[in-house]
Amino acid sequence: MAPIKNTSTVDLSVNIGGITLTNPVMTASGTFGYGREFSQFVNLDAIGGIVVKGISIEPRAGNPPQRIVETPCGMLNAIGLENVGLERFLAEKLPFLRSIKCRVFVNILGDTVEEYAYLAEKLSEHSGIDGIEVNISCPNVKKGGVAFGTIPEMAQTVTEAVKKASTLPVIVKLSPNVTDIVSMAKAVEAGGADGISLINTLIGMAIDIDKRRPRLANIIGGLSGPAIKPIALRMVWQVASAVSIPVIGIGGIGTTEDALEFLIAGATAVQIGTANFYDPSAVNTIISGIATFLEQHNETSLTNLIGSLHTGDLS
Amino acid sequence: MTSIQENSRIKCSEQITEDIFRLTLHAPLIVSQAKPGQFVMVKTSSNFDPLLRRPFSIHDISTDGDLSLLYKTIGKGTSLLSTFTQGMNVDLIGPLGNGFTFSDNQNICLIGGGMGIAPLLFLARHLKALSKESCTHQVLLGARDHRELEPIAAQFLSLGYKTELATDDGSCGHHGYVSQLLPDILPTVQGVCVCGPTPFMAEVARQCRAANLPCQASMETHMACGLGACLGCTIHGSDGAYKHVCKHGPVFDANEVLWPL
Repeated sequence: MAPIKNTSTVDLSVNIGGITLTNPVMTASGTFGYGREFSQFVNLDAIGGIVVKGISIEPRAGNPPQRIVETPCGMLNAIGLENVGLERFLAEKLPFLRSIKCRVFVNILGDTVEEYAYLAEKLSEHSGIDGIEVNISCPNVKKGGVAFGTIPEMAQTVTEAVKKASTLPVIVKLSPNVTDIVSMAKAVEAGGADGISLINTLIGMAIDIDKRRPRLANIIGGLSGPAIKPIALRMVWQVASAVSIPVIGIGGIGTTEDALEFLIAGATAVQIGTANFYDPSAVNTIISGIATFLEQHNETSLTNLIGSLHTGDLS
Repeated sequence: MTSIQENSRIKCSEQITEDIFRLTLHAPLIVSQAKPGQFVMVKTSSNFDPLLRRPFSIHDISTDGDLSLLYKTIGKGTSLLSTFTQGMNVDLIGPLGNGFTFSDNQNICLIGGGMGIAPLLFLARHLKALSKESCTHQVLLGARDHRELEPIAAQFLSLGYKTELATDDGSCGHHGYVSQLLPDILPTVQGVCVCGPTPFMAEVARQCRAANLPCQASMETHMACGLGACLGCTIHGSDGAYKHVCKHGPVFDANEVLWPL
């Protein structure tokens, strides 16, 4: 396990929805299990925040295999929101998450506004949960979810319902599979969101030319990994420029340099996703790397870096 | 279960045929924890293409901390791996998953097809060390032709195993499927361990079920993390539920698997 550089005098802490993260590096939902899966490779205490695998009220079996396929510099997945359900999450997963020091965000998903509100309410009753991330953007389920993530009014309605039902900070995770990402961001801000995380995966596809069949049983799936980083960065910059709540950048971040790009573009924090699969200690490396970068640039606080992008005269 | 991320060093990379390779890595931390049937996730590229690690079952281990992998070049990851040379470092995560289970007083048949032979050598070595002298385990191995099969079979023979072979082209041993050798062996054993292409394992599982013998099958799927996080490596279980190869397997009781017809 890589040691964490903690001798730094640089202040890496950030605030999202009234809670403080010791640093801006989080793990993305669906890529880090429930934390425990990575305890042998990562110093979990040192992470800014863990976003656990999306939880629905009832357990979900997910999609049939084949669920994943690698593509150039990325991967497609159609897991289908497989999860243990609220009850087992609380009984079997939350106790371990309580035992680690980092902030814990629970990603929630539902088919109706009422289901989202119910989950938010129930999770608010338990200690050890610092925030909720609302998944309105999973591309792999046929009912419900997609509309919440693509129609601004629907996104606002879900956000309002979750805010009303919960005492926890609420982050809404946006889909990139829309024409106008800024209107989605403004809608969830108007709905009272405490933060916005983006992007979820881009819908893609791969075909086996010998069989003339889709490689994924679900036919289409979500593209993630370094391949999507430029798109994610563009959307984070557009959204961060348009809203006044914190933005959490997600999409192909695997190195310190990637994370710094998102922070400079205006993200208050970042989430590491697919990189956890091929480099399970990536979060630790990136936390140390950000501290080192700031020291080298004589910055005493991360906040000086956030949104520091110059777009003036580029000539 | 303890898994480790270890920067191993290549001791030896041998080309067995035009597309089959054996890679020997010094990875003492992983070797000290490894059990037959477990696998490692191997980083085959230092850039993003291929992006994901590749799963390989542990082919063999040595007492001085070496681990070997047996693989066929079938895509980008394995092709890159085949270019690696002695002295280079390879990032491994392992050992992962659940291996084979066995007791010391049973005769076991190890049956492998193609690259499915890989995990059986480690198992054979382990069984040899563990078993009572009265045990007479059986090894059945199948492959395309003698060039592919004989160098691998030699390892089992050197451990003292009675080893029967089958080839697709009849160039050594039985001309046909290795599963066709199994009916004569089943009455002499108390269990079967199998690894190979899914239709072959399905046939072996069918024969074992008919003979009322326990059968353990090592499954292969596409896998992103190997750690139980991505939930990508799913197979159909006989109980109607999905199983994840990295956590529930890769070795399954064949009765827990829903085999394709």
